[in-house]
Amino acid sequence: MAIADVKEYCHLTPEEVEQIGAELDAIRAEIEESRGDKDAAYINRVITTQRWMAAAARIGMIVSSPMDKKVRGPVLAASTISLGLAKILENMEIGHNVMHGQWDWMNDPEIHSSTWEWDTGQPAEQWKHSHNYIHHQFTNVLGYDNDIGYGVLRMAREQKWHPVNLGQPLYNALLAGLFQWGVALHDLDLEAIRKGKKDPKEMKRQLKQIAKKGRNQILKDYVLYPALSGKQWKSTLKANATANFMRNVWSYLIIFCGHFPDGALHFTEDELEDETRAEWYLRQVLGTANFEGSRLLHVMSGSLGYQIEHHLFPDLPSNRYPEIAVKVRALCDKYDIPYTTGPLHQQYGQVLRVIHKLSLPNKMTSDDKPPTGVDITVEHGRRKAEERQQRRLELGGWSRSAS
Amino acid sequence: MTSATSERGSRLSWEGLRKAADTLTTPLLPDDYLTLLNPLWSSRELRGRVEKVIPETEDAATLVIRPGWGWHYDHRPGQYVGIGVQVGGKFQWRSYSVSSAPRRSGRTLAITVRAMPEGKLSEHLVKGLAPGTIVRLATPQGDFALPDPPPARMLFLVGGSGITPVMSMLRTLDRRGTMGDIVLHYSSTTPERMIFRDEIAALRDKHPGLTFHARHTDSEGIFELAAGDSGLDAVCPDWRERETWACGPGPMLDAVEAHWEVAGIADSLHLERFSLDLGGDGGEGGSLSFQNSGKTIEVDGATTVLEAGESAGVGMPYGCRMGICHTCTVTKISGTVRDLRNGAEFDQPNEQVQTCVTVPVGPCVLNL
Repeated sequence: MAIADVKEYCHLTPEEVEQIGAELDAIRAEIEESRGDKDAAYINRVITTQRWMAAAARIGMIVSSPMDKKVRGPVLAASTISLGLAKILENMEIGHNVMHGQWDWMNDPEIHSSTWEWDTGQPAEQWKHSHNYIHHQFTNVLGYDNDIGYGVLRMAREQKWHPVNLGQPLYNALLAGLFQWGVALHDLDLEAIRKGKKDPKEMKRQLKQIAKKGRNQILKDYVLYPALSGKQWKSTLKANATANFMRNVWSYLIIFCGHFPDGALHFTEDELEDETRAEWYLRQVLGTANFEGSRLLHVMSGSLGYQIEHHLFPDLPSNRYPEIAVKVRALCDKYDIPYTTGPLHQQYGQVLRVIHKLSLPNKMTSDDKPPTGVDITVEHGRRKAEERQQRRLELGGWSRSAS
Repeated sequence: MTSATSERGSRLSWEGLRKAADTLTTPLLPDDYLTLLNPLWSSRELRGRVEKVIPETEDAATLVIRPGWGWHYDHRPGQYVGIGVQVGGKFQWRSYSVSSAPRRSGRTLAITVRAMPEGKLSEHLVKGLAPGTIVRLATPQGDFALPDPPPARMLFLVGGSGITPVMSMLRTLDRRGTMGDIVLHYSSTTPERMIFRDEIAALRDKHPGLTFHARHTDSEGIFELAAGDSGLDAVCPDWRERETWACGPGPMLDAVEAHWEVAGIADSLHLERFSLDLGGDGGEGGSLSFQNSGKTIEVDGATTVLEAGESAGVGMPYGCRMGICHTCTVTKISGTVRDLRNGAEFDQPNEQVQTCVTVPVGPCVLNL
């Protein structure tokens, strides 16, 4: 079931909600105030490490190609892993976070949300729209947030069941393996296209952008680098495919652990009505789940193990989320607000259970989410622009002129 | 991706090669990897490395900077460059006159900076900048420059650190052997604070055409242009027939400008104001100009840049309208905006600002 009013659900008075909002604002102000050299050094270090890993991997594949098989094998394996890890770092801790504007405060034109383009199929401009705006603004609101199943999976009991959903285990596996292309098509809003609700002009523009970006990505990984490896072109091609696959599965897994474990709740569109900033904060906490792990695990998952903190403060530097989490957790304890977290395997286990259960009609399975409020049924997909808050199509000269 | 390199004939093949390499490094540029080896091997943004910091006086120093790729060493003597230095993790930009002479075969450029009271960045540049630091550079700009060929008779009126662009001109004239009939009047509070005093004295000894008047205002008082016995007519009787360049503090330049206007020869005067006009009362609201669409509107202090732009019919990018998603971020070319959430002010040129949560403070120009 879904929540129609976060205040009511949490048994909080309007004053308490505003107080929570003020305390969260204070946390933000404190971090903004203390951003400095150390933070700048952090992101520069991550970027340098990532570029060395990628460069070493590419060079490793090329120089090992004429070598003896005994040497070539290990070099190729190491290069493949290095490239896969580099792509993961680039997409998650660097690209995702830079495009959120986490590092805009540095005023560095080379590490800026308006100029960053990431190493994946989706053009940055479309990502910033579908993710930064649609997903982060309308987090977990049924019918608004397209990240509830990405237009492919049924991830909420409120979404109408269709026999097509029986194939969910298969779609899920396909989505994991081809995640970069799933993400690439995300802002197109497949649901809207299926229903013929998509503006054809905008669709054409987006498709052109995706085709151009996708072509460059494919050309690089599957034509040029294999060609540079001469006779060993096949092994380089396989290595690049493996690295992309690694990145796809890992980013899929981390992202699915953000909003689909049992503790992450859904909301009806009633919640959006007259929602204050403080209520928006509260919805972010209730709709999001963290996972626990080592510092390395967090860096490799783009700090999305701190998904709650990320949703509260999407544009604060990711290296500060651990300290923010301590404060947010204490705040949640103080006001008795649920704070969902657990080990990664447990969180993903719950995700898998949801995917499989929801492939069947509701009456055949039980709900694992804590009881909430309203029992409704919605169509898949997100509201069209004119049904939502008004929004213009143009996303700014900075991204248009570059494409 | 931005690659703001202007291509030159001799570099075409090199640029072409780098362009081909783009397909291997996409979505990044080859430069993004080359900088791993040497931070100067990039023309994506103009960069430079501080090679030396030479103290000139107690509160002024010359920074010798080795520019990276994309720098053409063709500034006109007298022009200034923008320099961006990371302080507290953030790039701060200021403009300073180039004090070195342009030299096509050169490898470095020099700027001379005086630490201003309350000028945090200038103090950092003079005292805190370690050799080896990588800085950002902007291409040389400004009309306060020496024509080529130079006029036969010139007058330079200088106050304090206003000497830096003039020094670039004098060095150029010296190097090219085109030092004609030149009068330099240079005011400084004390002899110790007079930047380049030894070098200028040496130039005077070398070139009989160069007349150098040094004035130390702490002991001798301010130079009164109109004073009969010690004014301009006494120092340089034929000033009306000379092409004049003046650079120094605002009040000095105002006096010079008025003096030349009274004489009816404002055409022969070139001014460089190196201290910024703060403009406006620093209060609420201001005029907002959109560079690409040419629109300008007046905005009060409660209207965000985004709302103002929309009401002017400018196609503003926007998203959440609450400062979260950064969809609305645009480049502010000049002026100051204030963040409504925390009162923080953004006053750097070419800064990225979130239009949905900021209001203009005084006149602003946006790259839209």
